[in-house]
Amino acid sequence: MEIPKIFLGYKRENGRVGTRNHVVILPVDDISNACAEAVANNIKGTFAIPHAYGRLQFGADLELFFDTMIGTGKNPNVAAVVVIGIEPKWTKKIVDAIAITGKPVEGFSIEGSGDIKTTMKASKKAQEFSQWASEKQREECPLSDLWISVKCGESDTTSGLAANPAVGNLMDKLEPLGVHLCFGETSELTGAEKVCATRGASTEASKKFMKTWSDYNDFILKEATNDLSESQPTAGNIAGGLTTIEEKAFGNFQKIGSRKFIDVLKPAEEPKKGPGLYFMDTSSAAGECLTLQAAAGFNIHLFPTGQGNIIGNAIEPVIKLTGNPSTATNMEEHIDLDVSKILKREMNMNQAGDELIKTTIRTASGRLTCAEALGHKEFIMTKLFRSA
Amino acid sequence: MSQTDLIIHDEKDNVAVVVIDKTKKNQECIGWIMENDKTIKIKSINAIPLGHKIALIDFKAGDTILKYGHDIGKVVASIKKGDHVHVHNVKTKKW
Repeated sequence: MEIPKIFLGYKRENGRVGTRNHVVILPVDDISNACAEAVANNIKGTFAIPHAYGRLQFGADLELFFDTMIGTGKNPNVAAVVVIGIEPKWTKKIVDAIAITGKPVEGFSIEGSGDIKTTMKASKKAQEFSQWASEKQREECPLSDLWISVKCGESDTTSGLAANPAVGNLMDKLEPLGVHLCFGETSELTGAEKVCATRGASTEASKKFMKTWSDYNDFILKEATNDLSESQPTAGNIAGGLTTIEEKAFGNFQKIGSRKFIDVLKPAEEPKKGPGLYFMDTSSAAGECLTLQAAAGFNIHLFPTGQGNIIGNAIEPVIKLTGNPSTATNMEEHIDLDVSKILKREMNMNQAGDELIKTTIRTASGRLTCAEALGHKEFIMTKLFRSA
Repeated sequence: MSQTDLIIHDEKDNVAVVVIDKTKKNQECIGWIMENDKTIKIKSINAIPLGHKIALIDFKAGDTILKYGHDIGKVVASIKKGDHVHVHNVKTKKW
């Protein structure tokens, strides 16, 4: 297949391109969720992304909180942002950082005026942003404006056989076209960590990966209350035929094809070394991983699943594919691409990769994903340690 | 394309994955090597369920299992060519 050269996206003020045109009402903290949701109820064409944190966090955990909030607002899939927090200081910090992109953003704080007055003022601004954003048109953009993140979930043996290598095939074909790519899941690479380290494009990248993985492993060994060999692979994995943690990890690892990663990112860190593949230090919990990747600026997500994870994301469209014929049939409303024909040898990996590229371009150009049609807007903060 | 009973990821692999509901005892299975699109034949000497692995060679304790072209664990009890490879005869090298 000749790979299409363009998709239809929204060009943003800072040169990035969005695959979506969201107007987001962003609460700074847990107690501002109610006001943010009231504004989103008032004004059509907007939505709130409530979350559980933003109070009494400190140190590295607070930094990650700000990186996640600011990165979410800066993501090119977001056209404009209304930020609502209890206190003016943290609200302003987030507004000012989002404003660097040049997109419309305004902040409101509730302290001293209450939910109702704040809802009224913020709704007026949200209406202005919603109507402004509604006039934006999609334009032809090169594929190099795609920033694709990947993560797999509810994996089974079909993931390693079909869905994960189909994503790897897409990576092998799109990376030479200047696409940004990102994989994560530090914990799930355990067992394949040494081989993963050899996929660093430089000694520096390899060392950075091993440092990240070792820090994670030390944390697990410190916190673990039982021998991990009892929980990895899980009883479900073993019933499905997975024997060792190495086998599970190499199945996961199929997602990057034969690519090499050029840098290792901290959670929610924006890539700065240009196009190519990045590894991000993330949890393997889908909601957390995708929220961090979206906060780093990735604008479309590929999610291979075996048994049928139903994840979506507030900011990034999430394309789900499966190689499991039962999942493709029984959970049809969640599956954007069925590659189970690979198991019958009715489709090869090259064809599966091509089909995934087509689905990715259609979705980037505006087709709603299953998760979007079903209303999935997961936004899950990664917490590094407990609040003060 | 022709029907396949087993999939082998990489031509270096010494195990294949069952992709039919279950192999029958003494069934002549057709295996597809994805990496080079070649076909092999092997007799399943036991019933092996979907998603589970079958030995492509004879193994003795201490041998290494290769899947995806990589080391995925050590053999702890000898395995005959065509038999079921799983937690009863293979363990991680990690712990």
